[in-house]
Amino acid sequence: MDEQNWYQSAPFQLAASTFRLAAPLVFAAMGGLLSERAGVINIALEGFMLMGAFAAAVGANHFADPWMGALIAGGVGAAFASIYAVFVIQYRANQIVAGTAMNFLAAGLTPFFCKILFDVSGSTPTLPIAVRFGSEPIWGAWILLALLAWLWRSTSVGLWIRFAGEHPQALDAAGIQVNRIRWASVAASGVLAGLAGATLSVCLSSSFSRSMTAGRGFMALAAVIFGKWRPVPTALACLLFGFLDAVQMRLQGVQIGGVGVPVQFIQILPYIATVIVLAGFIGKSRAPRSLGLPFEKV
Amino acid sequence: MVHNEEFSGKMALSVPALLELRGVSRSFGALRANAEVDLKLEAGTIHGVVGENGAGKSTLMKIAYGMIEPDAGHLLIDGVERSWWRSPREAIQAGIGMVHQHFMLAGPESALDNAILGESRPTGRWSFLPPLLRPLDRKGAIQRLRKLSDEFGFDIDWTAEVETLPVGVQQRLEILKLLDRDARILILDEPTAVLTPQETDELFKNLRKLTRSGRSVVVITHKLREVMQFTDEVTVLRAGRVTARLKTKDTSAEALAEAMVGRKVVLRVEENGKSRTPVSNESVLQVEALTLAAARDNGKPRLNQVSFDVKRGEVVGIAGVEGNGQSELIRALIHPSHADCRTSGQVRLLGVDITHTRDSEIRSLGVSVIPEDRHEEGLLLDRSLEENYLLGLQRDARFSNRGWIKRAQLRTLVNEALEAHDVRPRDAEAKARGLSGGNQQKLVIAREFSRHPKCLIASQPTRGVDVGAIESIHSKILEARSGGTAVLLLSSELDELMGLSDRILVMYEGKFVAEHRRQQGSSPYDERAIGLGMSGVIQ
Ligand SMILES: Nc1ncnc2c1ncn2[C@@H]1O[C@H](COP(=O)(O)OP(=O)(O)O)[C@@H](O)[C@H]1O
Ligand SMILES: [Mg+2]
Repeated sequence: MDEQNWYQSAPFQLAASTFRLAAPLVFAAMGGLLSERAGVINIALEGFMLMGAFAAAVGANHFADPWMGALIAGGVGAAFASIYAVFVIQYRANQIVAGTAMNFLAAGLTPFFCKILFDVSGSTPTLPIAVRFGSEPIWGAWILLALLAWLWRSTSVGLWIRFAGEHPQALDAAGIQVNRIRWASVAASGVLAGLAGATLSVCLSSSFSRSMTAGRGFMALAAVIFGKWRPVPTALACLLFGFLDAVQMRLQGVQIGGVGVPVQFIQILPYIATVIVLAGFIGKSRAPRSLGLPFEKV
Repeated sequence: MVHNEEFSGKMALSVPALLELRGVSRSFGALRANAEVDLKLEAGTIHGVVGENGAGKSTLMKIAYGMIEPDAGHLLIDGVERSWWRSPREAIQAGIGMVHQHFMLAGPESALDNAILGESRPTGRWSFLPPLLRPLDRKGAIQRLRKLSDEFGFDIDWTAEVETLPVGVQQRLEILKLLDRDARILILDEPTAVLTPQETDELFKNLRKLTRSGRSVVVITHKLREVMQFTDEVTVLRAGRVTARLKTKDTSAEALAEAMVGRKVVLRVEENGKSRTPVSNESVLQVEALTLAAARDNGKPRLNQVSFDVKRGEVVGIAGVEGNGQSELIRALIHPSHADCRTSGQVRLLGVDITHTRDSEIRSLGVSVIPEDRHEEGLLLDRSLEENYLLGLQRDARFSNRGWIKRAQLRTLVNEALEAHDVRPRDAEAKARGLSGGNQQKLVIAREFSRHPKCLIASQPTRGVDVGAIESIHSKILEARSGGTAVLLLSSELDELMGLSDRILVMYEGKFVAEHRRQQGSSPYDERAIGLGMSGVIQ
């Protein structure tokens, strides 16, 4: 191996793609964390992310600026998440049912608008390299983590979010409006999931394509659970899933004993790992006590 | 209505009351939880608010604290009328603090974070930042809190997770939290329900210290001993209305009980003068080395080698501060075959090992259960009394013919049972939800006694039950005892345990730490000794 080309070595390449692939997961998982710690289950993360991916591609395409794409993705994510908040906070709908509905809605709306805007329902036009992000989202994900971990431990807002999910009555008795905190957290999770989507469509690839999130929203949620609803362990879980995804890409086309392994088998690796992690290792993970329960004054 | 004119007239002249509520009304649907309630809290006093369960005590105090909006009424602070609080935040700013019946503490968070949750004053280095970005001033907070806790001789580990702290300490944390917010008016909702007698004395000693520094305290309770011993004034509520406002020194426990219930009541467990039938030697329930491992690693086992037996015609009482393994013990006895109820040990009924017997079979072997939480485990609230009576007895030959319910016979038997146990209304088709707590409990007892159990496991049989119904439940339990039933009684009311039990076993941290036998005479047990055992002191 050449001295100068250390960055072309296999381990470094693997590490680099691990961080690249983990970035959208970190964004989405931090969003999921905010909403779940505030007491709102966030199955809809997948849908928020999909909307964000689409909005980012459209925004970057229109303004020829990836930052505008990210901005619009965040805004659309927040708006979409607010609809979810109306259902589950205002009208106390079942959070799993409403979340699933939001996912269906996103899966239907994105190709619909794509067709209206670009007259094709499959994908948005390819973005030239100048209109795409380089490594900004990858650094951004870890800056976000640092910020959130600080917010978590050290500010009143962090404390309020933790109490909103653990013991909302205590928060209420302390004179703070629980539903406001929950609303803000769900909206923030929409922003972050939107940015996760933007990372997918404007950084990791060059356009939005139909169902491009491919379960990453759920994977992010799995990371939240695996990370025991805490920022740093959650981010580490994202890194693990990112790593498995990177390995999966490298393994595509390998031969075992002279026989080619079908690419589909390789591709399911990260998903299988997710299932194993959730079923086998989480064990004593403890959800926020009021997760999924609409706030009731008693 | 008992009303002490002299007292309310004289006090009003000197210092204005810290807090006064006038004509407060609040309904929940058709239910009037508070109806034209007046309450006057004088400076420097401990004020007892007493009443049966559901009398409207908590509702009234939540109105004073801004958690519930009243339908009508006036609020006066320091003698000046002002508009009702729009949220607890406004009440807190006016110096009102409340310790709720169920503590407002998040278990996995530290004591310190729980204490500073409502903190909004800008303090510390970062006070110039807007609230959203301002870091918590934990250092400053811990200094303030330490000073306060030293003043009262409280000792709290501020970094510990709240769920690892004993209940008594959690309560102190709640009180310190209020003092830290400069509360002058402290409202405590049933603070003694979770305390041992010693801890109760200690609590009131501390509350007295608070009133000496000019603060006032409202204590909600239904324990008349505490009211008589520790309060200055008392307001009695019945069905949402004030039925008495008195100075404590001018009244008696009997008079207060009468105001609470609306008729004369007998306060002690009476056995109609009859002496107790002797206990037989035959063991009905035998428990050996029953153990339930800790829920988490390196925790203490929740049941630790518990062994005891209950004989025919004996009432064995289990005393202990809530959360010391009593509920786990009952669950292990009812579901011994479930791994998450029992990890090792043996349970025998009349000599037969039932450790691996199915739950429903244990019931048909002659074990009846009065569950701790009748709403969760005892009744189907939205079904009729008749269906509730059938619950668990559906395979009984009296009611069922190869799986078909004998409707006519069921109706006759249900009507007889409602009559015999004085369940009101006597309407087999009424929904269980519509019954008062006392009548719901009588229905559970009617059902469980209809099997003529060999062994009765009764948890908190009179919790949330009106004083009138308590008498009747106690006499049913003693009747069963005389009839040869072995009774295991678990209660957080020490008076109840001492009145009914032939023996009292004291539980602490999942173990029995003491056994007390009933003595002859008017005070069969040494309450102090039992209380010490409950707090872990073994003599
Ligand atoms: N939020 C509520 N919704 C409906 N009914 C309520 C509510 N809070 C209290 N009640 C009812 O009001 C009555 C008084 O309750 P409460 O003030 O809690 O009584 P206490 O504290 O004296 O036991 C009870 O019958 C209770 O069921
Ligand atoms: Mg109450």
